[in-house]
Amino acid sequence: MNVFIGLFIILAFLVIGNLLSALLGGFIPGSVIGMLLLFLSLLTGVIKDKWVRQAATFLTDNMMIFFMPAFMGIMDLWGVVKMDLWAWIAVLVLTTILVMLASGLTQTFVERLVSRHKAAHADKTGKIIKQED
Amino acid sequence: MKELMMNMPAMLALTTGAYLLGVWVKRKSGLSMLHPFLISVPVVIAILKVTDIPCSFYIESNVIIDFFLGPCVVALGLLLYDHRKIISRNLVGILSAVTSGSVVGVASVYAMCRMLRLDEVFLLSLEPKSVTAPIAIEISTFLGGDQSLTAVSVVLCGFIGAVIGPLILKVFRMKSPIAKGLAMGCASHGLGTARAIEMGAVEGAVSGLAIALMGVMTAVAVPLFNLIVGL
Repeated sequence: MNVFIGLFIILAFLVIGNLLSALLGGFIPGSVIGMLLLFLSLLTGVIKDKWVRQAATFLTDNMMIFFMPAFMGIMDLWGVVKMDLWAWIAVLVLTTILVMLASGLTQTFVERLVSRHKAAHADKTGKIIKQED
Repeated sequence: MKELMMNMPAMLALTTGAYLLGVWVKRKSGLSMLHPFLISVPVVIAILKVTDIPCSFYIESNVIIDFFLGPCVVALGLLLYDHRKIISRNLVGILSAVTSGSVVGVASVYAMCRMLRLDEVFLLSLEPKSVTAPIAIEISTFLGGDQSLTAVSVVLCGFIGAVIGPLILKVFRMKSPIAKGLAMGCASHGLGTARAIEMGAVEGAVSGLAIALMGVMTAVAVPLFNLIVGL
């Protein structure tokens, strides 16, 4: 499969995403809309995964190189950041821990609910079987 | 030397070469925590300093590389598709976890930046920081934040989560592989996922899909939150 087929599909979804983003008043970045549309098109089979796989894995496997230029821009901004260095680091450390707890504990909670529901359900069916005996 | 280097092909070669060097060193060392940027970035800075080329010229010359951030985000759609079975089996848990992660992420950044009286540019650049860099940079640009500050914050959050994540998981007794994967992926995207892969296959897969979903949720949560607080 020619890698440009995948690249074309990805670019086309980016264009559509940008268009929808503009129609929505620029609320959500076009690329994020494009990602969701690609996901939906793959699920529905409109786009076959083998068409995009080569191009998509090239992009996602090497994701880091694509934000190297943005990262380097910190050199020009260092003067501003330096003054609030510790406050900045403190925000990053604390909020990262909070996000980790929020997501991990939410999933733990949902799992507990599901297993309790299942146990209750099993109990009921168990009783029914006993009654039938 | 400066004449030889001060052109677009040389600057693109510098980016790709430094990136490959970083990836190579990471692979040779076998350390999941060794971010390739620890090698690549100092190499680029050193070469720019030695040849006396301004950083702004380097960034301008790399617009082609920078452009691919958008396609990168779109390509994550395939990653979601590849994990569709895990997603549909744990839909409620994964969606609630990602939603609470993104809301807590945005709200806590807002609260802390205000408490510490940090400049507006910090607030706008940090709000999307729990998301993988390409998406975070897109959101930050939308908000009027600083791309570079966002990119560096994202990478630092990756480090922070990958280092202290396993301890947090232990202290708060998160034992299920899915909860572990979500915690690592939502808070620390790429580097968190590298760590989650070492914990197990399910942890790694869940952490990987959390990266893409967290991006979607945060892209919605940040503008909504700013609308509510009137930013």
